[in-house]
Amino acid sequence: MGFELRHRKLGYGAHTVLENLDLNIQSGETVAIIGKSGAGKSTLLLALREQLAQQVAWCPQQPGLVPTLSVHHNIYMGQLEQHHFLVNLWRLLRPGTIVKQDIQAICQTLQIQEHQFTPCQKLSGGQLQRVSIGRALYSNKEILLGDEPISALDEFHAHKTLQLLCEHFTTLVVSLHDVDLALNCCQRIIALKEGKILFDKSSSLVSKSDIHQVYN
Amino acid sequence: MPALRKISFYFAIVALVAIAFSDLEITTLNPWLELSLLLQGFTAPSFLDTSTLADALFKTLAFAFQGVVIAAILGFALALGFKRYWVRAFCAFIRSVHELFWALIFIQITGLSPLTGFIAILIPFTGIFAKVFAEILEETDHHAQQSLTPNTSLLSQLLYTRFTIAWPQLRSYINYRLECGIRSSAILGFVGLPTLGFELESFFKQGDYAQAAALLYVFFILIASLKYLLKPALMPLYTLAAFIYMPPVAHVSWSMVGVFLSQDIVPVSLQAGDIPAFLSWFKELWLTQILEGVFNSLILTQIALVSSALLTLLLFPLASKLFFSKAPRALGQSLLIVMRSCPEYLLGFVGLLILGPSMLPAIIALTLHNSAVIAHLLALQSAQLTFRHDRSQGVNLYFYETLPRLYGNFLALLFYRWEVILRETAILGMLGIPTLGFYIDSAFEEIRFDRAMVLILITALLNILVDNIAVYFRRRLHLNSQPQSL
Repeated sequence: MGFELRHRKLGYGAHTVLENLDLNIQSGETVAIIGKSGAGKSTLLLALREQLAQQVAWCPQQPGLVPTLSVHHNIYMGQLEQHHFLVNLWRLLRPGTIVKQDIQAICQTLQIQEHQFTPCQKLSGGQLQRVSIGRALYSNKEILLGDEPISALDEFHAHKTLQLLCEHFTTLVVSLHDVDLALNCCQRIIALKEGKILFDKSSSLVSKSDIHQVYN
Repeated sequence: MPALRKISFYFAIVALVAIAFSDLEITTLNPWLELSLLLQGFTAPSFLDTSTLADALFKTLAFAFQGVVIAAILGFALALGFKRYWVRAFCAFIRSVHELFWALIFIQITGLSPLTGFIAILIPFTGIFAKVFAEILEETDHHAQQSLTPNTSLLSQLLYTRFTIAWPQLRSYINYRLECGIRSSAILGFVGLPTLGFELESFFKQGDYAQAAALLYVFFILIASLKYLLKPALMPLYTLAAFIYMPPVAHVSWSMVGVFLSQDIVPVSLQAGDIPAFLSWFKELWLTQILEGVFNSLILTQIALVSSALLTLLLFPLASKLFFSKAPRALGQSLLIVMRSCPEYLLGFVGLLILGPSMLPAIIALTLHNSAVIAHLLALQSAQLTFRHDRSQGVNLYFYETLPRLYGNFLALLFYRWEVILRETAILGMLGIPTLGFYIDSAFEEIRFDRAMVLILITALLNILVDNIAVYFRRRLHLNSQPQSL
């Protein structure tokens, strides 16, 4: 299970963001997408999501959490489509022991265990991002698509969390603004610039001048 | 700002022109005498007849809870389909006819029964709930739903995202509507249903102001204490109690219903298939009643809208944190509660007793009630504003820092109220002011149901028209509220 784009043009209405795109991502790869703001990272991720929407765990840039629901329920929503409506209705009222333990374990790894039953509207930006990651982890999916999923975490936790995600998911495609983090944790780097793929290579082959080119 | 200033200016001009066409005469010989008798009654209320009072109060509450709770459920279901044109049109129609008119219609079918009161509240409130719920759901943050896996069942999506995000707003709106429902239910007494209005009308008509005052005081206390009584966990209990206390049943004679639907409300000429006769019947109605009714309704509405606006600007600081400390503010808030708990119809009725029949009591009634409603909301919004530490004080704070920030919201609320005021002008006609409601009431009294139906239909269309104009202005002036998002 992977992604494939052939001669694709991506954009919104008449506005083209990425042109003539050729891309192939195999199952098992960990890929970082880098590029300046507006280079088309989010557009590319949305196009990838369209291909396999049912099979991916999705971490959008704006977490899209429900402010009035607790951390627990926002994480549970990762499995919403895997249960009957009546089960979901029941669990909204009574979380249930097993579900509670599973989600507690996720909260522990993300260090938000003391907030498991706090409404999300009381959390900080960094904590919200961890809840969003928690939902992705809970979703029983093999592929993660993330748009700056760790941008609001400090350097230490960002690194730790990205490693955790790489171990948990078989395939991972994330956009990152921290290039060092991308080189450290992902096998493959795709750089976008001016509506095109500037380079697409193994992270061990990316040089300093490559990076300089992306951002200047 | 210039656009907002311009629209305010034009509405003020229209109201001034309308005053020139209106009848504001005081026709009673000695209004001060009646007023002093009324005040005497209110300073010495008489709580003699407690069992009648309690029964009328419980029946008022029962109609309100039954009607509002079931309307909220039906309204939510309709809100989910609000994208469809026919759902919107259906809801616009059922809410454009006032609950008193629904009551007058259903009295012909189900008599003066508990069922009539329940339906009279249920129908228009369902339309109102559908519209407001649809707006609230529309304004919820869509990111939450978009971030879900697409094959999640629609019900689960709704339950976990839009419904839950909107729940605090839905709940507070239901509570607000319950307050309105209790007022409407009280007013249903004026057409003969066994609620507070029935007792109030007879006390007022007999000049027994002390008994009337007692009833009204209980009513005010009830409205003021609603926020402590309406706990979400207790709602099912209240609703159940309402249905047990007064089950909404009626003896319906189906043959009578058949006659009503097929003969009473259809003009005789149309039953005979005589189109020219029908047209001349309609033309006469148009020239003698509809034109004048529409004209008077609109004049009254425009004057009341602008006078409500002016009084709101005076009143809202009284209840705002920005201008008064706790103790005086509590006084201001109580004043607003008393003013808005008083149904317009009742205020109009009392005004008529004191001032005699003209547009004046209607304008006063509409202004007092509506300005209190808007001022209350505006005071709440003013508490949410953030200022610099070196903000000015008093009058400067009001004119330079508060009013400019709130003016858009103020106009938005007024545009929401516009249609409500028009609906109310129609029913104030039942007190003798020649708006559309006056002719509707007369048609019912003369047992000319065909005429009543045409007039009600015209009233509904006029309401829908004004509602659409209000929506247009709100969009044009970008007066929509901000979506809640994280």
